[in-house]
Amino acid sequence: MSLIFYLIAALTVAGGLAAVLLKNTVHCALALTVAFAGLALLFLNLDAQFAGFAQILVYIGAVAILVVFAILLTKGSETPQGGVFSRTWLVGLTAAAAVFAVLGWAVIASAPLLPKAATPATAATSAMVVTPAPAVPPAPAVTVEQIGRALAGRYVLPLEIVAVLLTAALIGAVIVAMHEKEEAK
Amino acid sequence: MQEAISFTPQLTASPIAEILWLIPALPVAAAAVTALLGRSRRRISATLAIGALSFSLLLSLAAFAHVASGWAHGAAVRETVNFTWMQVGTQFGAGKVDLGWVLDPLSAVMLLMVSFVSLLIFIYSIGYMAHDGNFTRFFCFLSLFAGAMLGVVAANSLLLLFICWELVGFTSYLLIGFWYERPAAAAAAKKAFLTTRVGDVFFLLGMVWLFAQTGTLLFYNHGAGAIEPPALAGLLAAPAALGLTAAGAIGLLIFAGAAGKSGQFPLHVWLPDAMEGPTPVSALIHAATMVAAGVFLIARVYPLMSAGAPLMSAGAHLTAAGAHLLVTGAPLLSTGVLTQAGTLAAGTTAALTVVTWVGAFTAVFAALIAVAQNDIKRILAYSTISQLGYMMAGLGMGGVAVGLFHLITHAFFKALLFMGAGSVIHGCHGEQDVRRMGGLRSDMPLTFLTYAIGMLALCGFPLLFSGFWSKDGILEAARHWSVAKTPFYMLVFGALLTAFYMTRQVAYVFFGHWRGSKSAQESPAVMTVPLGILAFFAMALGLIGTPAWPWFRAFLDGRAAGFTWRGFMEPGLLTLMAASTVVVFLGLGLGWSLYGGQAPTPDEPDILEKAVPWAWAGLRGRLYVDEFYGVTVVAFYRWWARVADWLDRWLWGGAVAGVARSFGLWARLSRFLDTNVVDGSFDKGCEELSVGGGLLARAQTGRVQTYLRILALAVVALAAILIWSSRS
Amino acid sequence: MMGQITPLAGYLLVAALVFSIGLAGALTRRNAILVLIGIELMLNAANLNLIAFWRYGPHPELLTGMIFAIFSIAVAAAEAAVGLGLVIQIHRHARTTDLDAINRMKG
Repeated sequence: MSLIFYLIAALTVAGGLAAVLLKNTVHCALALTVAFAGLALLFLNLDAQFAGFAQILVYIGAVAILVVFAILLTKGSETPQGGVFSRTWLVGLTAAAAVFAVLGWAVIASAPLLPKAATPATAATSAMVVTPAPAVPPAPAVTVEQIGRALAGRYVLPLEIVAVLLTAALIGAVIVAMHEKEEAK
Repeated sequence: MQEAISFTPQLTASPIAEILWLIPALPVAAAAVTALLGRSRRRISATLAIGALSFSLLLSLAAFAHVASGWAHGAAVRETVNFTWMQVGTQFGAGKVDLGWVLDPLSAVMLLMVSFVSLLIFIYSIGYMAHDGNFTRFFCFLSLFAGAMLGVVAANSLLLLFICWELVGFTSYLLIGFWYERPAAAAAAKKAFLTTRVGDVFFLLGMVWLFAQTGTLLFYNHGAGAIEPPALAGLLAAPAALGLTAAGAIGLLIFAGAAGKSGQFPLHVWLPDAMEGPTPVSALIHAATMVAAGVFLIARVYPLMSAGAPLMSAGAHLTAAGAHLLVTGAPLLSTGVLTQAGTLAAGTTAALTVVTWVGAFTAVFAALIAVAQNDIKRILAYSTISQLGYMMAGLGMGGVAVGLFHLITHAFFKALLFMGAGSVIHGCHGEQDVRRMGGLRSDMPLTFLTYAIGMLALCGFPLLFSGFWSKDGILEAARHWSVAKTPFYMLVFGALLTAFYMTRQVAYVFFGHWRGSKSAQESPAVMTVPLGILAFFAMALGLIGTPAWPWFRAFLDGRAAGFTWRGFMEPGLLTLMAASTVVVFLGLGLGWSLYGGQAPTPDEPDILEKAVPWAWAGLRGRLYVDEFYGVTVVAFYRWWARVADWLDRWLWGGAVAGVARSFGLWARLSRFLDTNVVDGSFDKGCEELSVGGGLLARAQTGRVQTYLRILALAVVALAAILIWSSRS
Repeated sequence: MMGQITPLAGYLLVAALVFSIGLAGALTRRNAILVLIGIELMLNAANLNLIAFWRYGPHPELLTGMIFAIFSIAVAAAEAAVGLGLVIQIHRHARTTDLDAINRMKG
């Protein structure tokens, strides 16, 4: 685990925390972009350049902007009376904490099965483990061409389905957000 | 050709080549800063633009000095700095798109010329645009334009060149339409943009094809560039349609782009209209830079254009000598000076033949139209088109040095003429019709003097003026052209016309008596001083390219230049010079005898109009090319738009309506079935269910977050059970 | 039984943390848009898991996890568009985006 990972992870978590904790909704949206950017950096750190840039384009470029638009359209940046958190926030927090406990436990409990970093120090400790963990594979060189071939070849059916889904979502979003005359009366 | 051999690749770039990118970057940065300034920051914006360009000029000087000193020491300089822009998958596997810049004699000369002429135009603009409310915006656009143009010149990658090329096109759109509140200016800007776009589409096609064939867009890359021998050999081996090789076809496509920018027939129509822009813009775009970009592009890809040309005996000699040198690494200059005829006698290719014919035709065609124009700037515009034809023909027949020498000299004297015309317009309070001027010789003596120098240089007045030497170089090349002799006679006829229409213009503007309303006055020094400097160069520049001392040609080709009177002793050369002198004097005399002293007033018909009215009407109407496009291209698109509209309305719209109606019918049928068949049995079951549902509904608060929380807790419980059970 | 934190475990823990933060936001905030923000964070955490498993899995050259993540991003974009459209419609309908005040989600 490198220092850079810890830095990016800290940035991401801090952005996420700020996004759900801040009072001003617009600030939340901005913190959200920080979290998105951190995640994109994590993707890049994982040698998934394409996914990283797609993350930046889609989330920072589109979703975050959409969120800001929605905030402005709903005048949601004004702090409501009675605080920003739900009256029964403790229940929600408990549920979230429980989910984290289960997830974290699952990860740590399965740690011996996970591949080890290929440094000599870890190799020495891994000798203690009964099941030999597979070594970390070298970073695969993924070109955009390979992704394009995969999308147009093996994954062409999901690709088409996603295209239909996006079209449906586009039309659906327009219809849902469209001003209806009956309701305006 | 011989260039490709004589330049020894240099593995490390010198410091000046490393920072060559600053030359285009500085004006662009100045434009960016100016864009952020307020409208009232006139002084700052002008200072920024001129300061940045001055630095560019200094850097260009340093670059030129570097190339020149390397050349003087016998080493032809070609230094490139390349970098990878992006990785892409190509048919060759994982490929990459490289960008870069190059410092060689061609780019050094052009950088120096563009930055110097642009700087003079910038200074002149201070005076010309002094009373314009959008002074700041003007300098922002000017800087951006100059930066883009310098980028075109410095680029070592066809893609980078194309990017800058499009930037030039875009900024020319902004500049031509600078006075956008005038409908004519807005229309002219659009016309310029769209017409050059037609050529650019072909350019883009050629570029893509080149990349597909060679896998690189770099010009020079230590033997791996797209216009270096290995890649050219591949291009020559690949056949294209109509008996062309891939090299020839790509060359023609690129030439189409160059023809759009350089106003070659039939894509010349935008250039005269572009005179709607401010006069410094006309000088900048139509003299020194944008229109020269096309000629420069052909010069840059000249190895591609001439690939596969059968070399004549002298050229073959050189190739052998060059190949020998490449092996031994000895300096090329030791082989001695090559005769001028040796370079001229190089063979030709299909692409170069097309370039020549288009250029020669444009030269005569535009010169004819220029005879019958009355707008002072429009005459110059058609003259520019004609001279660009000369450059293209020179490139096609004589090679890079011949065409480029005329480009450089023309840049100076045409910028001088445009700025002189601007000074006249400024002095005549915005009047542009030459028939409403006259006798300005005494009112504007400085302008007259410099304008006369520019005019004589353009006509090719013998010995003293630069235009004579550069035009004679082209004629000399045409005389030796192996394909046909017709271009030679066309170009000689064009020279006669040039002398004639320039005499007509000068007689109208500066001689006779004043025919306008308000009296004229001389322009301020900030405008006349650049005129003087340009006038000096319009005369002196010819001396670097005389047959006795072909310095310019030798510099571009990377050979030694020696001074020898024997340069004039080429067979037929003196005869040609004498003939061209006679032609020039004939044109001057003809023009003076018709217009000297008794130029007609605006109400009278022109002297030529009285003599040959039918020909005059055709020329006056610019040979109806615009009208032809109006009834063909524009009418076609209008018709096509109407057809598309009709199809949308009736065919597609009708189909959609039909589908909608059939679904409506189906829906009615389905409703009938639902209400009478399905619901009858269903309603009963539903009632039972709703009673049970009512009991469960108590648990529902209607708050979405409650549901979510229960969901989360359920997931946790499930996961816990799962993990717990799998542990044991 | 903590042992050494491997790279994969590190990424998974970060993803779990981000997921939980997003879930906490979705479960506790009153503003519907903030709930959506929380859901976006959760989706992103899932994507991080996919990419991490792809990178450290046995066959990264098959691109499965990466492609899955890309599809997930596309679907999430659709989700965000529809979700925010719904929020705007709810706002128009109920004059508020406060979820405590909206209690009509029952039969």
